[in-house]
Amino acid sequence: MIRFVYADELERFPLLADTMFRDRAVQFRTRLGWGVTVDGKGRERDQYDVLNPLYVIWEQADGTHGGSLRLMPTTGRTMAGEHFLHLTHGVRICSPLVWECTRFCLSPGASSRIAAALLAAGIELGLRFGLEQAIGVIYTRTLGIYRRIGHAPDVIGTDGGGRDSISICVWNLSEEARDRICARSGLSSASIERWFDDSFRGPGRGSGNVAGSLVIAA
Amino acid sequence: MAGERLETVLDRLQTTKSIEELRAWVHELRDALGVAHVFYHTANLKGEQVGIFTYDIAWIRRYVVNNYSQYDPVVLGAAQRFTPMDWKSLDWSTPQARRIMREARAAGVGNQGWSVPIWGPGGQLALFVVNDEADDDRWAAFTRARAKDLLVIGHLVHQHATRIVNQDTDVVAAELSPREKQALMQLSQGQARAEVAATLQISENTLRAYIDSARHKLGAMNVTHAVAIALARGIIVPHGELPKY
Repeated sequence: MIRFVYADELERFPLLADTMFRDRAVQFRTRLGWGVTVDGKGRERDQYDVLNPLYVIWEQADGTHGGSLRLMPTTGRTMAGEHFLHLTHGVRICSPLVWECTRFCLSPGASSRIAAALLAAGIELGLRFGLEQAIGVIYTRTLGIYRRIGHAPDVIGTDGGGRDSISICVWNLSEEARDRICARSGLSSASIERWFDDSFRGPGRGSGNVAGSLVIAA
Repeated sequence: MAGERLETVLDRLQTTKSIEELRAWVHELRDALGVAHVFYHTANLKGEQVGIFTYDIAWIRRYVVNNYSQYDPVVLGAAQRFTPMDWKSLDWSTPQARRIMREARAAGVGNQGWSVPIWGPGGQLALFVVNDEADDDRWAAFTRARAKDLLVIGHLVHQHATRIVNQDTDVVAAELSPREKQALMQLSQGQARAEVAATLQISENTLRAYIDSARHKLGAMNVTHAVAIALARGIIVPHGELPKY
């Protein structure tokens, strides 16, 4: 299932959070060799994790992390604005209608269906909140994955060549894209919608108060 | 019709020059959106509170006197959040929250709400809220259809209110990159987006991200408006002349 969780809510899902940050260390440090910071417990976190981003997380049946991505509004601090202006022609992409997606991570051995579910869930989030686009930096060689999933982005700019080439990209957010992704991966749009509703409409979301029932006085 | 009126009302936002005028304007916005209430609040860097709303002033006074912001799920829910919030997703279970809702309803506040948090560079939070009396299905349909508009309008109101409060009558030119200026300039010359994208050697979707960024930085409600502002401020000059500075 998909969960949408703010950083300051992760403590409600300790196993999910722990395995997410560990899987990030495995993917970004061990596999990709990035110079990321990994703590004594094997968890990777960076300077953007403390800005209270929103995580879209695939939770496996046993409660562990299957995959995730991290979202921030481009009206605030972004990786693109702080590190990749040279790939966006010097334009600081900054709009309430555009969010930045970073740390797209899959657990080792995760099925490609999880990647598709995360993308579809990210689009659902956008649809509900009125967003138009998402930007993110990816390895250029992964463009094929997005094509196969059914929603290839536009490349804004590319740096480097060969295997390590990176591209900053923009995805349009639309119902058609979400449904196409779902159809190709055997996911149901209805499930994506339900997971969103469960995360954002359930009682107790907000100040950290443990939920009572929602009461709207008649 | 409502859509047309909304654009006309938003157009008038730029002509408001005082908080009082903004307060009158927000009633027009409420009517154009077809909701019961519109509410905007922020505290500026000096700690001065700015409230622009259609709520009954007696309710606002009661709210302030009783310090309800301490317990209001709408306020608490916006803390540390950048996503818009349907009020039904907030925690109304505390006795204080229920009391606030009861008293609000008695003062004519509707049962449904949608809050857009807006964060300033200094960490200040502004809140833009639409409120209405509706069943869940109708509200879901409304918010789904209007989500983008509400994001844009909330930010525009905040930008405009901030300018008025800070008395930025002489508006500092927003920092647009040469590429954004180029895009706006070509659009001002009547080129279609496809042409502009081709000339700049970017995709149309990339162009969309760039010009929406320029729009936001200029505090414009749409691209046509952004071009008008850019021309008026000399950020771009007509006919492809280079700016003098």
